Amino acid sequence: MSADATQRAPQGAELVAAPGFAAFARRHWLWLAAFVAALLLPWLFFDWSTHRHSGFALTMLSEIGLMSVFALSFNMQMGQAGLLSFGHAILFGLGGYVTAHTLNAIKAGTMWLPVELVPLAGGLGGLVFGAMFGYVATKQRATAFAMITMGLGELVAACALMFMGFFGGEGGISTDRVIGTSVLGVSYSSSWEVYCLVVAWTAIAIVAMRLQTQTPLGRMANAARDNFERAQFVGYDPRMVRFYQFTLSGFFAGIGGGLYAIVYEIVTFDTVAASKSATALLAAYIGGAGGFFGPLLGTVVVVLLQSGVSLLSNAWLLYVGVLFIVMVMYAPGGLVGIIAQHAPIARTGRLRELVVPYLRILVPGLISVFGFVLLVELASFTTIGVAQGKAFKIGFHAVDPATAFPWLLGAAALIGGGLWLRLEARGFRARWDALIADAKAKGLML
Amino acid sequence: MAMRILARVAGVVLSACVAWAGPVMAESTIKIAYTDPLSGPFAQVGDANLKQMQYILDYINSKGGALGKKFELVPFDNKSQPSDALIALKSATDQNMPFIMQCSGSNIAAALIEAVDKHNSRNPESRIIYVNCGAVATELTNEKCSFWHFRFDAHSAMKAEVMARALPKDTTKVYLLNQDYLFGQSVQRDVKASLAKLRPDVQVVGDELIPLGKIKDFAPYITKIKASGAQALITGNWGPDMNLLIKAGIDSGIDLRYYTMYAHLAGGAVAIGPGGDGKVRSIMAFNENIAPEIGNAEAEAWTKAFRDKYPFDFYAAGFRTIFEYLQEATNKAGSVDPVKIAFALEGLKHKDFLGYDTVMRKDDHQLISEYFVGTFKKGVKYDSEKTGLGWGTETTVLAKDLEQATTCKMTRPTVN
Amino acid sequence: MEVFLVSLLNGLVYGMLLFMLASGLTLILSMMGVLNFAHASAYMLGAYFAYTISQRIGFWPALVLAPLLCGVIGAAIEMYGLRRVHRNGHIAELLFTFGLALIIEKVVQMTWGLIPVPYRIPAGLDFPLFTIYGTHFPAYRAFMLLISALMFGAIWLGLTRTRIGLVIQAALHHPEMVGALGHNVPRVFTTVFAAGTALAGLAGVIGGNYQVTEPAMAFTMGPIVFVVVVFGGLGSLTGCFIASLLMGLIQTFAVVFDYSLADLLRWFGLTVTSATPFHEVLTVPLPRIGALLPYVLLVLILVFKPRGLMGTRDT
Repeated sequence: MSADATQRAPQGAELVAAPGFAAFARRHWLWLAAFVAALLLPWLFFDWSTHRHSGFALTMLSEIGLMSVFALSFNMQMGQAGLLSFGHAILFGLGGYVTAHTLNAIKAGTMWLPVELVPLAGGLGGLVFGAMFGYVATKQRATAFAMITMGLGELVAACALMFMGFFGGEGGISTDRVIGTSVLGVSYSSSWEVYCLVVAWTAIAIVAMRLQTQTPLGRMANAARDNFERAQFVGYDPRMVRFYQFTLSGFFAGIGGGLYAIVYEIVTFDTVAASKSATALLAAYIGGAGGFFGPLLGTVVVVLLQSGVSLLSNAWLLYVGVLFIVMVMYAPGGLVGIIAQHAPIARTGRLRELVVPYLRILVPGLISVFGFVLLVELASFTTIGVAQGKAFKIGFHAVDPATAFPWLLGAAALIGGGLWLRLEARGFRARWDALIADAKAKGLML
Repeated sequence: MAMRILARVAGVVLSACVAWAGPVMAESTIKIAYTDPLSGPFAQVGDANLKQMQYILDYINSKGGALGKKFELVPFDNKSQPSDALIALKSATDQNMPFIMQCSGSNIAAALIEAVDKHNSRNPESRIIYVNCGAVATELTNEKCSFWHFRFDAHSAMKAEVMARALPKDTTKVYLLNQDYLFGQSVQRDVKASLAKLRPDVQVVGDELIPLGKIKDFAPYITKIKASGAQALITGNWGPDMNLLIKAGIDSGIDLRYYTMYAHLAGGAVAIGPGGDGKVRSIMAFNENIAPEIGNAEAEAWTKAFRDKYPFDFYAAGFRTIFEYLQEATNKAGSVDPVKIAFALEGLKHKDFLGYDTVMRKDDHQLISEYFVGTFKKGVKYDSEKTGLGWGTETTVLAKDLEQATTCKMTRPTVN
Repeated sequence: MEVFLVSLLNGLVYGMLLFMLASGLTLILSMMGVLNFAHASAYMLGAYFAYTISQRIGFWPALVLAPLLCGVIGAAIEMYGLRRVHRNGHIAELLFTFGLALIIEKVVQMTWGLIPVPYRIPAGLDFPLFTIYGTHFPAYRAFMLLISALMFGAIWLGLTRTRIGLVIQAALHHPEMVGALGHNVPRVFTTVFAAGTALAGLAGVIGGNYQVTEPAMAFTMGPIVFVVVVFGGLGSLTGCFIASLLMGLIQTFAVVFDYSLADLLRWFGLTVTSATPFHEVLTVPLPRIGALLPYVLLVLILVFKPRGLMGTRDT
């Protein structure tokens, strides 16, 4: 192709990429902006009076980063390949254990590896175990696969408690990231430095997983998920497709585990436990499986619920369950699915016509949620007791749960808000349908 | 692509909400961060501890608190996960809290003791003291000891010794059954060592490890124990592993004495039931019948007031000793600076509210205090969990008899 | 010999308890393809309802009322929840029941508290039935065996002799065809789901005072029930029965045999010392991993015979 092929190319197609960093930045500006935003985010919580970063905020953000790598690797199996795994945490945790042992070996002097490359050790651990377990698990698919992974998960979790040599038993394997082998001369003793490392690796992992979805393996995994029989006719062995996909997702899960070992400097048996696998499942599903970015959004929600809301209320598991059920029943595509449904309307340019209907359902929605939360907290308080503080407080207003008033208020808010919501929902539905019909008429549905 | 932006924006908004939801630090109280499982399968442990601690702190504050300020307990749910406990630690140090307390889970304790050490050496301006109210792994005050860690419960080797001392003279065959993880394995080791030292006439006829939390039916184990001819069963089991074991044993009618470490905790009395009269013993730091037994009316009135409020036993009344130590050390140090308080705390002697002498040993920061062996039986003044039976003290082991050697070599910071 | 006989009896009792719990799940899974995570929660609810009812009225009314309550709750869940979610696929149904399990556990905690409740064996059944080699065999265990045998018989008769049972059997294998023939398949589904949940509730009434009744009991019983169901195979109650007994006996007998892989190797002339690689794994005695054997069996059977022991359908 000659150099002026770009001018003769048909409209709307870019056959040859323009050279130079400027053009690269223009094409991928969103990725770069997100990377920069991630680095700037902790400064929102910087304590200017004492010139200290908020350790809490940095650790939470690091947790979001490494859990999103974990959730995205889980989505490689569930969303991309249709393989629901109940034991994905074993790959995450085993990667973590391998990394912890690697760090200890570096500290003892038996091997040398720069700290920046240590998560790779976790990735390799996840890859090896992924191949081992994947060989057994991917012999089947769908429900049988899920059950095998459940069995494997229980086995590994039990072993983690029993065997001291590799797993360190209940105390786990502790390690130290300040080992002085950094190629950049960074000590990694402060949370900020660790956070930067986590952001860098998270970005690398996300980009790599994104690119993987566009490889032939990624595409075939999608095909096998959508139509198992037809995919066999194409000529690829679906079993090998499943196996490779499982192993690769193990690699990325291992990287997540490696980051965990670096952030917390200790790896214990709960990193392979079923509850960790459940977290990935929740994050992927709430955010939206099937797409790519859903688990990212889902991880943010789940981590904030787990580590944030749990500080305010000990009924947070109930809220997670309710959120889950609401999503499964009304928004099976997750949060990303909800956003994607707006895309055709956005294309017609009539998105702002939804603002008022949204506000109209937002108000009764908030009222009924308030009522529900109030009732749950009251019930929890009277039977289980205080979670935080001495008295039941809404913000700064102390309320006595023994009186009838707060209960009546909560019930009224829930029922009243619910009824009003139903009324408004009808109007919203009508407006929505009209806009979708318009988009269909204009041929902008896809 | 819009999703990426939305994800980031959502993240910012939500994080901001959480950050501003955290209380703005007020210097008017001395904050104690407390982390334990407050939700999930072990929620009852953290929740019961929280209530008891709040009751005790109200009393301590009514006696003036320390340095004219009141103590305030700030709970953090760690859901039995070390990562959440470490996040709680970060939140506590951000707010310059001088203390972090933790009672349940040796895996959490192992993570905390190292994290506190590393944090204090890397961030000298926001140091924190780790108050251990119940994690009993022996190495926390031996190989893994740290200047910043203070343990206020007897560790598992000390508890094993109490159990060995509690065996009557005519018992010569014992069976050991423990949970298959670090704690259970160390109980197994320590009990065998204590028996060899104190009771060489006793023969260990069986020694078993069970997978943690997985056994639903203990009948086969009872069969094995019976076949071995054991007269007593020594176990460090807790939770369902203990409840189901004792239930199976009592149901089968086997003639066995049970020596446990945790049967006196919440749920134990209900699980043992009236059928266990006189059979089950537990070693404990406190039970509600000690005060009337030794004639300490003030302590009895104090524990009775708690009993009138809550449906479970006041088994953690011993926590009052912890807070009295913190109160005394803070007053002695004259400031809320963790370094000064830590130096004031080590080596401190104190008479606890029951009237016994205790000391916070300087070498390893282990509290040396009295311990009791209680029997679950009828005819005691205060019953447990409305079952009609309660814990009566059978043996009291004094602090000076419970001291054990330590291998701890801690590095102390320079006082500046 | 004594150990063998006592272990046999205990294994049977435990196996029958598992069967009571797993039978309902097999029915639901075979018919609707729904992996019901809330099944163990129904077991827990049955135990708690029985506790409250036996406090007020008595144990025998609780035996009837508690399962009925659970069945009603199951019917409500199916009609207002699962039916909506059904069109989103099996994974959505599974996740729905998972969320439900979380909610039920929390509601139980909020209603009855966090500590175990004193749900006791009724006084009328609390005596040793006979003494075998010096160990009591409690009458309550015999009662458990009786109830579970009756239950198995009732299900068998119900499925093979009644008209609705025949429709259910047909819908077990070919739901679309049954619908095409004019039967009200949604109503059949609701009936089966309610019946399955009621069975789990009954298991809870019986098992709750045999074990400890606490909010974590669903979480602890859940996984083993799945193992039994999948091992037994879909579409087959007999397979479920055999699998439950097998699991119960394996777990019971594993405790009795104090051997490890190292002992096996010694038989072949190879000694394992602490310097041997993987020596920790090789010297683990059987009792320590007894509770894990069901999971090992699960993995093995899914790899080699994914339909399960006597399954008639693919999952």
